[in-house]
Amino acid sequence: MSTPALEELKSNLRAAPKRILDTAFRSGKPSTDRTRSTFIFGNVFLHLHSTRVHRWTLRWSTTLGLGLATTAAFLITLITGVLLMFYYKPYPDAAYQSIKDIHFVVPTGRFMRNIHRWAANVMVVAVILHMARAFYTASYRKPREFNWLIGMGLLATTLGLSFTGYLLPWDQLAYWAITIGANIAQSPREVTDAIGITDWFDPGGAQRFLLLGSDTLGPEALIRFYLLHVMILPLALVALMSVHFWRIRKDGGLARPAGADERLPDPAGAMYPVFTQAPAKTYSLAAIVKGRTAAVGQGPENTVPSMPHLFYAELGVFMLTTLVCLALALVSDAPLKELANPNVPENPAKAPWYFLGLQELVSFSAFVGGIGIPMIVLAGLGLIPYLDREDSGTGEWFGGSGGPGVVKQALVVGFGAALAIETFAIRFGWIREWYLAAPQLLITILNPGTLLAAAYGIYSVWLVKRHRSARAGALGLFTCFLCGFLVLTAIGTYFRGPNWVFYWSPSDWPRH
Amino acid sequence: MTVVPGSPRSRLDPEPLPRRDWLGLASLWSAGSAMLFALLGSMRLPKAAIVAAQSKGFDVALPESLRIGEAFVPPNRAVAVFRDAEGVYAISTICTHLGCVVKPGAEGFECPCHGSRFKPDGAVSRGPAPRPLAWLKVTPGDGIFHVDEGKTVPPGTKVTV
Repeated sequence: MSTPALEELKSNLRAAPKRILDTAFRSGKPSTDRTRSTFIFGNVFLHLHSTRVHRWTLRWSTTLGLGLATTAAFLITLITGVLLMFYYKPYPDAAYQSIKDIHFVVPTGRFMRNIHRWAANVMVVAVILHMARAFYTASYRKPREFNWLIGMGLLATTLGLSFTGYLLPWDQLAYWAITIGANIAQSPREVTDAIGITDWFDPGGAQRFLLLGSDTLGPEALIRFYLLHVMILPLALVALMSVHFWRIRKDGGLARPAGADERLPDPAGAMYPVFTQAPAKTYSLAAIVKGRTAAVGQGPENTVPSMPHLFYAELGVFMLTTLVCLALALVSDAPLKELANPNVPENPAKAPWYFLGLQELVSFSAFVGGIGIPMIVLAGLGLIPYLDREDSGTGEWFGGSGGPGVVKQALVVGFGAALAIETFAIRFGWIREWYLAAPQLLITILNPGTLLAAAYGIYSVWLVKRHRSARAGALGLFTCFLCGFLVLTAIGTYFRGPNWVFYWSPSDWPRH
Repeated sequence: MTVVPGSPRSRLDPEPLPRRDWLGLASLWSAGSAMLFALLGSMRLPKAAIVAAQSKGFDVALPESLRIGEAFVPPNRAVAVFRDAEGVYAISTICTHLGCVVKPGAEGFECPCHGSRFKPDGAVSRGPAPRPLAWLKVTPGDGIFHVDEGKTVPPGTKVTV
């Protein structure tokens, strides 16, 4: 004996699964132009994307997917990092034991730690390459200047995350790398000591204390680095990333050359049909949006729906990045040395590889290598979009005045100068070896780091004059610094042994 | 409404500084200054009044067998204590370059991190170290010596019992 109400209830129950899905994805299957759009802007996680994307943006050579690879690596470190936090205890000795537990006792713990370590490395590589891509395609130009600065903030935060994570295992490697790092923070003392004002003006000492929370590297420092690593820096990174992505949209998508539309081949038949008529003027928002909006005079002829074209590309990059991290994690374990011993330094004590170029410079002058040169590089990079106000070659690889020719020449100059000065310093030593009583200020001003930076600077100014273009100078300078970074990092990583002495191979290291 | 010059201010006339504007500005400034002082106050937080680290002063008893020029390194201390004909002295073994612990030897001190070398009296003989190693204050006691890592003395200061 069934009543109509009961019948209705039963049919509602049968329809419930489909209705739950329908209410979750309200736009239905993304099969038409309209539903493909609502699929994106009706979804909180996807609506950062535009609903249509230019075909130039989707060419793999436009970005090489490097920004996305960085994001993917970050998400991987985020997930694995949270998993590691289940077992990690941020207190000296206990920290080391908990990493050992993760390595030997926790199921999949070792694999997760390896992935975390490798994804962090992939992220550093990808973020540097991404910056190089944005630079060489002149994508930092108006209106994207400020996003270039946000990107530099992201680079610095990424390096900060890696550096703070380096201490957490509390092994010999970590302890001595961070001792050196904290003393680099203190290195302005090299200058304040030399001019004799450290007693009442000591920014170096204040920086080191802020980092360590004590005079020595101990539990206070570990908890500070932990807090920075799992809370402060990730939050800063997410905030900066949100702004970075949002501004890409607001700046009209990725930079592309003026003639991009003509240079694209005809769309394949499978491509989704496109509009024909470009709007002649903008309607909404005209009163509050400065200048022309991105769509005026530009038809959406060469755009395709982001769903599915852009999302397939993004998914591909994500999966490839994950694959790389997993493969590296399978073949190579994250290192773990002996428990930290504050009485016996690791020899050689090396920082993470991407800081070894700076460590190489630090071996001549702590202040110049640790603070002076990084500040000069950051300031130089930040100024690029404000000094290069040209518009030829935007969106082109090696575009702008000088072009690939300048880059090739700068490769020779950059590698040549860095190798020459390093060879000289390794072969003949530096000022202190020739003249023991040399004042420290002289060495701070004249050392391989400052000479190399000066040589690059002079070369770049010469390029500006020769090509009558700031872009040519920027191309030269950026390429030179990239070469210098590579040379110094390689020497610091592969050719420096105990006591920071030059060795052709670790097999030549003395036994001790 | 017509306003006669010199007549009392009308209810409808605009106020010289509107009351709402004044209140708004006042609250903005007080909120701003409260924030500023809160920020300045909380900037003290990262530096604890008492630093969590082992005491800088310690006592050391030198073994009778310690030869002249031979370093005695007390356990868990970055200090080398010496005895010669003129007395006892202590040299910090923390490298003045980037804080690694230097190793005392016959010809002085060697830093493993960036290759700095120091003479037996702590003076720089090679490498990136900008300053000589610090000499630490030693106070003689009853058969022992008290060393204070927090206090430096001019190089060459030696004490006798």
